[in-house]
Amino acid sequence: MLHEQELRIFVEGTTNFFEVAAQQPATLGSPYLAEVPPPLHEYTGVINVSGKREGVVYFTAPKAMLAVLLMKMQETDFSHDTMRDLVGEVANTISGNARRDFGGDFLISVPSVISGEAAAIAPKAGARSFIIPIHWRSHSAKLVVSLG
Amino acid sequence: MIRAQRTPSPADAGRRVYRLLIVDDSNIVRRRIERSQHFEDLQVVGTAGNGLDALEVFAATDPDVVTMDLTMPRMDGIECIGRMVELKPSVRILVISALADKATAVEAMERGANGFLNKPFSDRQLNEAIAELMRGA
Repeated sequence: MLHEQELRIFVEGTTNFFEVAAQQPATLGSPYLAEVPPPLHEYTGVINVSGKREGVVYFTAPKAMLAVLLMKMQETDFSHDTMRDLVGEVANTISGNARRDFGGDFLISVPSVISGEAAAIAPKAGARSFIIPIHWRSHSAKLVVSLG
Repeated sequence: MIRAQRTPSPADAGRRVYRLLIVDDSNIVRRRIERSQHFEDLQVVGTAGNGLDALEVFAATDPDVVTMDLTMPRMDGIECIGRMVELKPSVRILVISALADKATAVEAMERGANGFLNKPFSDRQLNEAIAELMRGA
Protein backbone atom coordinates (compact mmCIF):
# COMPACT_ATOMS: atom_id res chain seq x y z
CA MET A 1 0.00 0.00 0.00
CA LEU A 2 1.41 3.33 -1.06
CA HIS A 3 1.48 6.09 1.53
CA GLU A 4 0.92 9.77 0.88
CA GLN A 5 4.56 10.58 1.60
CA GLU A 6 5.67 7.95 -0.91
CA LEU A 7 3.29 9.27 -3.54
CA ARG A 8 4.91 12.68 -3.07
CA ILE A 9 8.22 11.17 -4.18
CA PHE A 10 6.74 10.44 -7.60
CA VAL A 11 5.02 13.81 -7.79
CA GLU A 12 8.34 15.56 -7.13
CA GLY A 13 10.13 13.29 -9.61
CA THR A 14 7.62 14.13 -12.32
CA THR A 15 7.85 17.85 -11.57
CA ASN A 16 11.63 17.69 -11.71
CA PHE A 17 11.64 15.82 -15.02
CA PHE A 18 9.61 18.46 -16.84
CA GLU A 19 11.50 21.36 -15.24
CA VAL A 20 14.90 20.01 -16.21
CA ALA A 21 14.40 17.88 -19.32
CA ALA A 22 11.67 19.94 -20.97
CA GLN A 23 12.77 23.24 -19.41
CA GLN A 24 9.14 24.08 -18.82
CA PRO A 25 7.28 23.08 -15.66
CA ALA A 26 4.22 20.85 -15.82
CA THR A 27 1.13 21.35 -13.72
CA LEU A 28 0.27 18.26 -11.74
CA GLY A 29 -3.30 17.52 -10.70
CA SER A 30 -4.14 16.00 -7.35
CA PRO A 31 -3.27 12.30 -7.31
CA TYR A 32 -6.26 10.03 -6.94
CA LEU A 33 -6.91 6.38 -6.33
CA ALA A 34 -8.30 4.51 -9.34
CA GLU A 35 -10.84 1.78 -8.79
CA VAL A 36 -10.08 0.46 -12.27
CA PRO A 37 -6.85 0.98 -14.24
CA PRO A 38 -7.07 4.07 -16.46
CA PRO A 39 -7.18 3.88 -20.25
CA LEU A 40 -3.80 4.29 -21.89
CA HIS A 41 -2.71 7.05 -24.25
CA GLU A 42 -0.91 6.25 -27.52
CA TYR A 43 2.46 5.61 -25.86
CA THR A 44 3.17 4.09 -22.45
CA GLY A 45 6.50 3.43 -20.77
CA VAL A 46 6.29 0.72 -18.12
CA ILE A 47 8.73 0.01 -15.30
CA ASN A 48 8.33 -3.16 -13.27
CA VAL A 49 9.27 -2.73 -9.64
CA SER A 50 10.53 -5.52 -7.39
CA GLY A 51 12.44 -5.95 -4.14
CA LYS A 52 11.30 -3.75 -1.28
CA ARG A 53 8.10 -2.96 -3.20
CA GLU A 54 6.28 -4.91 -5.92
CA GLY A 55 4.30 -3.45 -8.77
CA VAL A 56 4.51 -1.16 -11.75
CA VAL A 57 5.07 2.50 -12.49
CA TYR A 58 4.05 3.76 -15.90
CA PHE A 59 3.93 7.01 -17.82
CA THR A 60 1.29 7.21 -20.54
CA ALA A 61 1.09 10.13 -22.96
CA PRO A 62 -0.41 11.13 -26.31
CA LYS A 63 1.79 11.37 -29.39
CA ALA A 64 1.21 15.14 -29.72
CA MET A 65 2.61 15.78 -26.25
CA LEU A 66 5.66 13.63 -26.90
CA ALA A 67 6.34 15.43 -30.16
CA VAL A 68 6.45 18.80 -28.39
CA LEU A 69 8.54 17.34 -25.59
CA LEU A 70 11.05 16.06 -28.17
CA MET A 71 11.20 19.50 -29.76
CA LYS A 72 11.89 21.10 -26.39
CA MET A 73 14.70 18.58 -25.94
CA GLN A 74 16.22 19.73 -29.29
CA GLU A 75 15.49 16.33 -30.81
CA THR A 76 14.95 16.21 -34.58
CA ASP A 77 13.77 12.63 -34.95
CA PHE A 78 10.02 12.27 -34.36
CA SER A 79 9.68 8.69 -35.51
CA HIS A 80 7.60 6.00 -33.83
CA ASP A 81 10.77 4.47 -32.39
CA THR A 82 11.82 7.78 -30.86
CA MET A 83 8.38 8.24 -29.28
CA ARG A 84 8.75 4.78 -27.76
CA ASP A 85 12.24 5.61 -26.58
CA LEU A 86 11.00 8.82 -24.93
CA VAL A 87 8.12 7.33 -22.91
CA GLY A 88 10.45 4.59 -21.70
CA GLU A 89 13.06 7.14 -20.68
CA VAL A 90 10.51 9.28 -18.81
CA ALA A 91 9.23 6.26 -16.87
CA ASN A 92 12.78 5.11 -16.19
CA THR A 93 13.92 8.53 -14.98
CA ILE A 94 11.02 9.11 -12.60
CA SER A 95 11.23 5.56 -11.21
CA GLY A 96 15.01 5.66 -10.89
CA ASN A 97 14.91 8.98 -9.08
CA ALA A 98 12.51 7.44 -6.55
CA ARG A 99 15.38 5.27 -5.29
CA ARG A 100 16.78 8.39 -3.62
CA ASP A 101 14.00 7.93 -1.06
CA PHE A 102 13.07 4.26 -1.34
CA GLY A 103 16.69 3.07 -1.34
CA GLY A 104 18.58 0.49 -3.35
CA ASP A 105 16.09 -2.29 -2.57
CA PHE A 106 13.60 -0.53 -4.82
CA LEU A 107 14.57 -2.48 -7.93
CA ILE A 108 13.44 -1.24 -11.31
CA SER A 109 13.43 -3.03 -14.66
CA VAL A 110 14.53 -1.66 -17.98
CA PRO A 111 11.50 0.04 -19.55
CA SER A 112 9.04 -1.83 -21.70
CA VAL A 113 6.82 0.18 -24.02
CA ILE A 114 3.23 -0.20 -25.15
CA SER A 115 2.11 1.73 -28.19
CA GLY A 116 -1.08 1.85 -30.23
CA GLU A 117 -4.37 0.43 -29.13
CA ALA A 118 -3.93 -1.42 -25.88
CA ALA A 119 -5.95 -2.47 -22.91
CA ALA A 120 -5.30 -0.93 -19.53
CA ILE A 121 -2.50 -2.35 -17.40
CA ALA A 122 -3.85 -4.50 -14.59
CA PRO A 123 -2.33 -3.78 -11.18
CA LYS A 124 -0.46 -6.53 -9.36
CA ALA A 125 -2.44 -8.41 -6.72
CA GLY A 126 -2.69 -6.38 -3.55
CA ALA A 127 -1.61 -3.15 -5.21
CA ARG A 128 -3.80 -0.12 -5.76
CA SER A 129 -3.27 2.31 -8.63
CA PHE A 130 -2.69 5.98 -7.88
CA ILE A 131 -2.97 8.31 -10.84
CA ILE A 132 -1.01 11.55 -11.05
CA PRO A 133 -2.48 13.78 -13.79
CA ILE A 134 0.15 15.75 -15.71
CA HIS A 135 -0.75 18.87 -17.67
CA TRP A 136 1.97 20.35 -19.83
CA ARG A 137 1.35 23.08 -22.36
CA SER A 138 -2.00 22.09 -23.90
CA HIS A 139 -1.50 18.37 -23.36
CA SER A 140 -2.36 15.88 -20.65
CA ALA A 141 -0.66 12.67 -19.61
CA LYS A 142 -0.66 10.42 -16.55
CA LEU A 143 1.84 8.82 -14.27
CA VAL A 144 0.38 5.70 -12.68
CA VAL A 145 1.97 4.29 -9.54
CA SER A 146 0.75 0.85 -8.55
CA LEU A 147 2.83 -0.60 -5.75
CA GLY A 148 2.01 -3.21 -3.13
CA MET B 1 23.11 -0.26 -31.30
CA ILE B 2 26.81 0.18 -31.96
CA ARG B 3 28.55 3.01 -33.71
CA ALA B 4 32.27 3.60 -33.97
CA GLN B 5 33.76 6.65 -35.60
CA ARG B 6 37.13 7.48 -37.17
CA THR B 7 40.15 8.25 -35.05
CA PRO B 8 41.29 11.90 -34.80
CA SER B 9 42.82 13.22 -38.04
CA PRO B 10 46.43 14.43 -38.32
CA ALA B 11 44.97 17.93 -38.21
CA ASP B 12 44.34 17.27 -34.57
CA ALA B 13 48.04 16.71 -33.96
CA GLY B 14 49.65 19.14 -31.57
CA ARG B 15 46.86 19.23 -29.07
CA ARG B 16 45.33 16.44 -27.14
CA VAL B 17 41.94 15.26 -28.32
CA TYR B 18 40.05 13.23 -25.75
CA ARG B 19 38.12 10.31 -27.12
CA LEU B 20 34.57 9.89 -25.80
CA LEU B 21 32.40 6.76 -25.83
CA ILE B 22 28.70 7.27 -25.00
CA VAL B 23 26.80 4.29 -23.53
CA ASP B 24 23.04 4.49 -22.94
CA ASP B 25 20.12 2.33 -23.99
CA SER B 26 18.19 5.42 -25.07
CA ASN B 27 18.92 6.84 -28.52
CA ILE B 28 17.53 10.16 -27.35
CA VAL B 29 19.99 10.36 -24.45
CA ARG B 30 22.94 9.31 -26.61
CA ARG B 31 22.14 11.99 -29.18
CA ARG B 32 21.52 14.54 -26.42
CA ILE B 33 24.96 13.95 -24.87
CA GLU B 34 26.64 14.08 -28.29
CA ARG B 35 24.83 17.29 -29.20
CA SER B 36 25.16 19.06 -25.87
CA GLN B 37 28.80 18.54 -25.04
CA HIS B 38 30.62 21.64 -26.22
CA PHE B 39 34.30 20.74 -25.88
CA GLU B 40 36.50 21.31 -28.94
CA ASP B 41 39.04 18.86 -27.59
CA LEU B 42 36.52 16.06 -27.11
CA GLN B 43 35.65 13.75 -29.97
CA VAL B 44 32.84 11.20 -29.86
CA VAL B 45 34.46 8.00 -31.13
CA GLY B 46 31.56 5.65 -30.55
CA THR B 47 28.18 4.94 -29.00
CA ALA B 48 26.52 1.80 -27.65
CA GLY B 49 23.11 0.84 -26.30
CA ASN B 50 24.08 -1.82 -23.78
CA GLY B 51 27.09 -3.02 -21.81
CA LEU B 52 28.08 -5.88 -24.12
CA ASP B 53 28.07 -3.71 -27.23
CA ALA B 54 29.92 -1.04 -25.27
CA LEU B 55 32.80 -3.43 -24.59
CA GLU B 56 33.12 -4.12 -28.33
CA VAL B 57 33.22 -0.42 -29.16
CA PHE B 58 35.59 0.18 -26.27
CA ALA B 59 38.06 -2.35 -27.66
CA ALA B 60 37.75 -0.91 -31.17
CA THR B 61 38.04 2.78 -30.32
CA ASP B 62 40.18 2.99 -27.16
CA PRO B 63 38.32 5.93 -25.54
CA ASP B 64 39.80 8.16 -22.83
CA VAL B 65 36.45 9.06 -21.32
CA VAL B 66 33.12 7.24 -21.18
CA THR B 67 29.60 8.28 -20.22
CA MET B 68 27.80 5.25 -18.83
CA ASP B 69 24.13 4.53 -18.18
CA LEU B 70 23.44 1.89 -15.51
CA THR B 71 20.06 0.32 -16.23
CA MET B 72 20.54 -1.36 -19.61
CA PRO B 73 19.63 -4.70 -21.20
CA ARG B 74 22.16 -7.53 -21.80
CA MET B 75 24.82 -6.09 -19.48
CA ASP B 76 24.22 -3.32 -16.97
CA GLY B 77 26.49 -0.35 -16.45
CA ILE B 78 27.95 -1.48 -13.13
CA GLU B 79 29.40 -4.66 -14.65
CA CYS B 80 30.50 -2.82 -17.77
CA ILE B 81 32.43 -0.25 -15.70
CA GLY B 82 34.37 -3.03 -13.98
CA ARG B 83 35.24 -4.67 -17.31
CA MET B 84 36.39 -1.41 -18.88
CA VAL B 85 38.59 -0.51 -15.93
CA GLU B 86 40.19 -3.96 -16.12
CA LEU B 87 40.96 -3.38 -19.80
CA LYS B 88 42.19 0.19 -19.35
CA PRO B 89 42.75 1.39 -15.77
CA SER B 90 43.31 4.99 -16.89
CA VAL B 91 39.87 5.35 -18.50
CA ARG B 92 37.66 8.03 -16.91
CA ILE B 93 34.00 7.08 -16.54
CA LEU B 94 31.06 9.37 -15.83
CA VAL B 95 27.90 7.54 -14.81
CA ILE B 96 24.76 9.23 -16.14
CA SER B 97 21.80 7.46 -14.59
CA ALA B 98 18.32 7.95 -13.20
CA LEU B 99 19.22 5.75 -10.22
CA ALA B 100 19.52 8.34 -7.49
CA ASP B 101 20.31 6.36 -4.34
CA LYS B 102 23.68 6.75 -2.63
CA ALA B 103 24.38 3.01 -2.57
CA THR B 104 24.32 2.84 -6.36
CA ALA B 105 26.68 5.80 -6.68
CA VAL B 106 29.05 4.23 -4.16
CA GLU B 107 28.96 0.88 -5.97
CA ALA B 108 29.70 2.55 -9.31
CA MET B 109 32.65 4.42 -7.78
CA GLU B 110 33.95 1.24 -6.19
CA ARG B 111 33.90 -0.45 -9.60
CA GLY B 112 35.96 2.39 -11.03
CA ALA B 113 33.63 5.22 -12.07
CA ASN B 114 34.99 8.73 -11.54
CA GLY B 115 31.80 10.81 -11.49
CA PHE B 116 28.03 10.53 -11.20
CA LEU B 117 25.38 12.68 -12.89
CA ASN B 118 21.72 12.07 -12.24
CA LYS B 119 19.08 12.14 -14.96
CA PRO B 120 17.40 14.39 -15.82
CA PHE B 121 20.29 16.78 -16.41
CA SER B 122 20.74 20.20 -17.94
CA ASP B 123 23.35 21.03 -20.58
CA ARG B 124 25.27 23.03 -17.97
CA GLN B 125 25.33 20.09 -15.54
CA LEU B 126 26.48 17.75 -18.31
CA ASN B 127 29.32 19.98 -19.41
CA GLU B 128 30.48 20.64 -15.86
CA ALA B 129 30.57 16.91 -15.19
CA ILE B 130 32.46 16.16 -18.42
CA ALA B 131 34.93 18.98 -17.70
CA GLU B 132 35.60 17.50 -14.28
CA LEU B 133 36.09 14.08 -15.87
CA MET B 134 38.54 15.40 -18.47
CA ARG B 135 40.60 17.19 -15.83
CA GLY B 136 41.63 13.80 -14.51
CA ALA B 137 42.16 12.12 -17.88
